[in-house]
Amino acid sequence: MYMATFLQDPDFIRSLYIVAFALFIVDLRLMNHPRTARKGNVIGAIGMGIAVIATLLIGSVGDYGLIVLGIAIGTAVGVPAARSVKMTAMPQMVALFNGVGGGAVALISFADYRESLAAGPNPELDTLIPILFAAIIGSVSFWGSNIAFGKLQEILPGRPIQLPGQQFVNIGLLAVCVGCAIAIASGTESEALFIVILVAAAVLGNMFVLPIGGADMPVVISLLNAFTGLSAAAAGLALDNVALIVAGMLVGASGSILTMLMAEAMNRSIANIFKGGFGGGGAAPGAGDGEEKPVRSTDPADVAIQLAYARKVVVAPGYGLAVAQAQHTVRDLATELEKRGVEVSYAIHPVAGRMPGHMNVLLAEADVPYDQLKEMDEINPEFPQTDVALVIGANDVTNPAARDVADSPIYGMPILDVDKAAAVIVLKRSMNTGFAGIDNPLFYAENTSLLFGDAKESVQKVLKEVEEL
Amino acid sequence: MDLLTELTILVLAAFVGFEVISKVPNTLHTPLMSATNAIHGIVLLGGLYLIGPADGFLNDFLLVIAIAFGTINVVGGFLVTDRMLEMFKQKPSVRGGDGPPPPAGRD
Repeated sequence: MYMATFLQDPDFIRSLYIVAFALFIVDLRLMNHPRTARKGNVIGAIGMGIAVIATLLIGSVGDYGLIVLGIAIGTAVGVPAARSVKMTAMPQMVALFNGVGGGAVALISFADYRESLAAGPNPELDTLIPILFAAIIGSVSFWGSNIAFGKLQEILPGRPIQLPGQQFVNIGLLAVCVGCAIAIASGTESEALFIVILVAAAVLGNMFVLPIGGADMPVVISLLNAFTGLSAAAAGLALDNVALIVAGMLVGASGSILTMLMAEAMNRSIANIFKGGFGGGGAAPGAGDGEEKPVRSTDPADVAIQLAYARKVVVAPGYGLAVAQAQHTVRDLATELEKRGVEVSYAIHPVAGRMPGHMNVLLAEADVPYDQLKEMDEINPEFPQTDVALVIGANDVTNPAARDVADSPIYGMPILDVDKAAAVIVLKRSMNTGFAGIDNPLFYAENTSLLFGDAKESVQKVLKEVEEL
Repeated sequence: MDLLTELTILVLAAFVGFEVISKVPNTLHTPLMSATNAIHGIVLLGGLYLIGPADGFLNDFLLVIAIAFGTINVVGGFLVTDRMLEMFKQKPSVRGGDGPPPPAGRD
């Protein structure tokens, strides 16, 4: 009896929340090294367990049947998805999880508002404003993430989808959201208005991700991540729940940092990215001019010789590696080369792939030790001493036009200086321009040769040739 | 708790977040995102808290979905993060501690 009242003591529950968010911070702290990160994740999970148990102890919590139902559904969906997702599909998975979180926030804020209307007049402003904020951001995040998922899963076309007057429509939708929110906050008690907010925010979420191209996905996913976190923090303000406030804000901070890092790695402002992709072809000033320029194409046997007799080889992977699922084959090739005394490392551009750190996860899956994965600033000074740079399915992140051609659309974007290696071998599916639709002078450079074909098949052929040498 | 206290906590949490997360290396950015996905699954608490007092079918329905969504985040997020982090390995020769390092090969 005494035990039960103690456990339900609000101060005790709040103390548990403090323990929970402290564990989240420890989790993120341990994430700063691959050696400790896994332990951190377990600690975060323990924190979450404590937070859930603490909430279930609250006296007013009831309807346990429904709670079990919800948790059962979530577990039945979440566990198999997490177990079976392929590492190449991780960006989609993260987008989807992100959306689900935003959706939960939007639903909770709607239910909370309906509850408070049923109980009496509008809640106090210090509750109402966070509810409205959570509803808008949660709904944007849910729908935006779903579109991002659709693009990454290739249910929707990855190229930017431009609609006429898009920016005006978006501003209009935002105005509707804010206008209705102000109406409710200034005293109008209306469930209908709240629904208008949710719907307008939903359309806004769709509209703002649709025009963004696949190559900009790392920024979009990071930003949506930040949105979901902020909406959760707002829900925490509305519900007076410290664990939600802190956890939501930590996620908001993480998403914001990643967004800034990704935008920086593309040398583009966030506003510029949300205006829509690189126009998808058409204008490619300074580089293309429609002229046929000669490229040197090569064959696997030749590549094998170049690699096997090199001292230092740097692999620069891109999204093409993920598409072709070539990570294991590349690793096999690297192992074979290392057996012959070749030094192999990997140059990872921050926006290679479709989400922050995408390449690192793929290569980790293929058992590449993480200390062989070099960040851009670390590897760039090494290219002049590199015998062969092997570019696999990367294009824009190796485009020297970003460094040299002042009127190139990607001018100023930091790149991997692969062209400074003694020889560059580019594995490419075809002569199509990269995602950004910008011609790449690297392909026409004197020290570059191209090996056409599916990345995985090409690497397999090269590997076979190396083994026969 | 009054709003200002909560905002204080919010702002401090933002600074702690920035401080801690800016030290996460690029290599771990994908696991970081999926870990934060798991952490924002904490909205689950909102669903748990509200569903008892909530009246009416629609509210219950909305909140069951919210709880399910939150659970997907929490369970799926932590699992998938663990799967990823398990794969990050150091070079075997550098994994000190389990014995003397192998002699430097020279042939």
